[in-house]
Amino acid sequence: MIKILVCISNVPDTTTKIKFIENNKTIDNNGTQWIINPWDELALTRVLDIKDASNGNVEVVTVAHVGLVDSEPTIRKALAMGADNGIRINATAKDSYSVATQLAEVIKQNSFDVIVCGIDSSDFNNASVGGMLSELLDIPSVSSVSNLEIGQDKVSVKREIDGGYETISTTLPFIAIVQKGIAKDARIPSMRGIMTARTKVLQVVEGIQVDSFVEYVDYELPAAKSSCKKINPDNVKELITLLHNEAKVI
Amino acid sequence: MDFNFTEEQLMIQSAAKDFAQRELLEGVTERDDKAIFPAEQIKKLAELGFLGMMVDPKYDGGGMDAVSYVLAMEEISKIDSAAAVVMSVNNSLVCWGLETYGTEEQKEKYLKPLARGEKIGAYLLSEPEAGSDATSQRTTAEDKGDHYILNGTKNWITNANCASTYLVVAQTNPEKKHKGINVFIVDKNSPGISLGPHENKMGMRSSDTHSVMFTDVKVPKENRIGEDGFGFSFAMKTLEGGRIGIASQALGIASGAFERAVKYSKERKAFGTEICNHEVVAFKLADMAVKIENARNLCLKAAWLKDQHLPYGTASAMAKKYAADIAMEVTTEAVQIHGGYGYVKEYHVERLMREAKLTQIYEGTSEIQNIIISRAVLKD
Repeated sequence: MIKILVCISNVPDTTTKIKFIENNKTIDNNGTQWIINPWDELALTRVLDIKDASNGNVEVVTVAHVGLVDSEPTIRKALAMGADNGIRINATAKDSYSVATQLAEVIKQNSFDVIVCGIDSSDFNNASVGGMLSELLDIPSVSSVSNLEIGQDKVSVKREIDGGYETISTTLPFIAIVQKGIAKDARIPSMRGIMTARTKVLQVVEGIQVDSFVEYVDYELPAAKSSCKKINPDNVKELITLLHNEAKVI
Repeated sequence: MDFNFTEEQLMIQSAAKDFAQRELLEGVTERDDKAIFPAEQIKKLAELGFLGMMVDPKYDGGGMDAVSYVLAMEEISKIDSAAAVVMSVNNSLVCWGLETYGTEEQKEKYLKPLARGEKIGAYLLSEPEAGSDATSQRTTAEDKGDHYILNGTKNWITNANCASTYLVVAQTNPEKKHKGINVFIVDKNSPGISLGPHENKMGMRSSDTHSVMFTDVKVPKENRIGEDGFGFSFAMKTLEGGRIGIASQALGIASGAFERAVKYSKERKAFGTEICNHEVVAFKLADMAVKIENARNLCLKAAWLKDQHLPYGTASAMAKKYAADIAMEVTTEAVQIHGGYGYVKEYHVERLMREAKLTQIYEGTSEIQNIIISRAVLKD
């Protein structure tokens, strides 16, 4: 009977207007709508599909998240989608290493056969937690996974490589670091799922003391897009001059 | 007073929005143009539990409140109000009617499959000669002891073809006038039932609408809902809740048109700038926003009253009248803001304008709502 853990992170909704405070050293989260990181949402969708089709072979799907109490609605969304239970590690997600360390500590105290992480997150785009987890736990992992199949005690994954796909099989326990394509669309929670999410166990575990490797010293927004310059199609000389002197691309 | 929604209500709203974008948006124009019923989409809507949202979980429903229902209806209606009307009829009229007034046997046999979305319901009240005047029922239900025999014709029936379970209102004792009317659960496949052709409508064209003819249709006595003569009261009570559904549908039509108008106004340029920078357009958008906010508040207030088990008939009449009327106004302005593009099908707003018109007519015309509201305000 397989136990699967899906690691989820909490990210701002993609329509959020990002602002900075405290001398541009902190992101202003006031009024932010939080969602499950899209890669993790697809990871969870694939895992739930596997569980539904497994005829009981997949016993339980757990979600784990490193965050404070205001992130619990995000975990409950995962429960509403169909996860069986959730774990919130009560700690601030300082950087990828601290998140991976917190998760590893909890994973060591439980017994999971497959751990699934999204390859990236839409806020900081560090794409590191899955690989760090693999090292901290000393268990195999495969990254850029776009296809995941779980059998009785064997896992088969496909991942994209230059010019095609690579199929890899591995034993358990194992970490799948999945990319978009692992599922077509995120599962929409059913009405029953939403109404029963609060009845599922959401365990809160205190985080351990861990230093972050990264310090964020400053934030800035990208330069505003400049307006488009239109050049007469007969005036190629002007185009070349602008591309060379202004855009500096030739 | 807390105007915030609960976490569950927000999740339901989000689920409805995602479903509408993912499953309903694609092909909605073609389905409307060719009057194609969204069968696959309705099946998925049902599987997610949207067709039995407010039914108690002991009858396999979602156990949600009416506020959640309003939020979901608005999101679905922004994209496809033909799908939304299936939801409205099934939730507000059929499921609510059965759950509130049905026997346990009736709920076990008919309500549970409807709540699970395995079957769809239809509500048969209107007739060729009885629309607003629902007391003038000509469809008869002759009492034969252990069963009734139904004869007559019902008009403008939403879900007539896709439904398996009909709730049919019919006259049993004409001498008692409206107190001689009954309501019955009728299996659509009963011998003697036939359907007229699909109505070629102005809007909500992919919604399944037919007349339904009854020729000596036998209905067991245990399929009558409530006591003898309860039918008219049943109709009036169910329509009170039905108005919340249609008001929310009208709200969604309006807010869907508004969102498109805002987006278009930020992209379209005229006289050197985006048209939203011209006051004439900006002020139109401001008026539309106020109307939509008012309509939303009326819908939510009616839903809240229902959830609190307080009288909500007047509130739901106000919501339906106002939301339908502003839906017509807002969609007309949305077409105007789009200019020539608003007149072509590709930009959706012309469809929304055609859809808005029906919300002023069905499940109680705006004029009937005025009667309800004026009687309430003039009551001693």
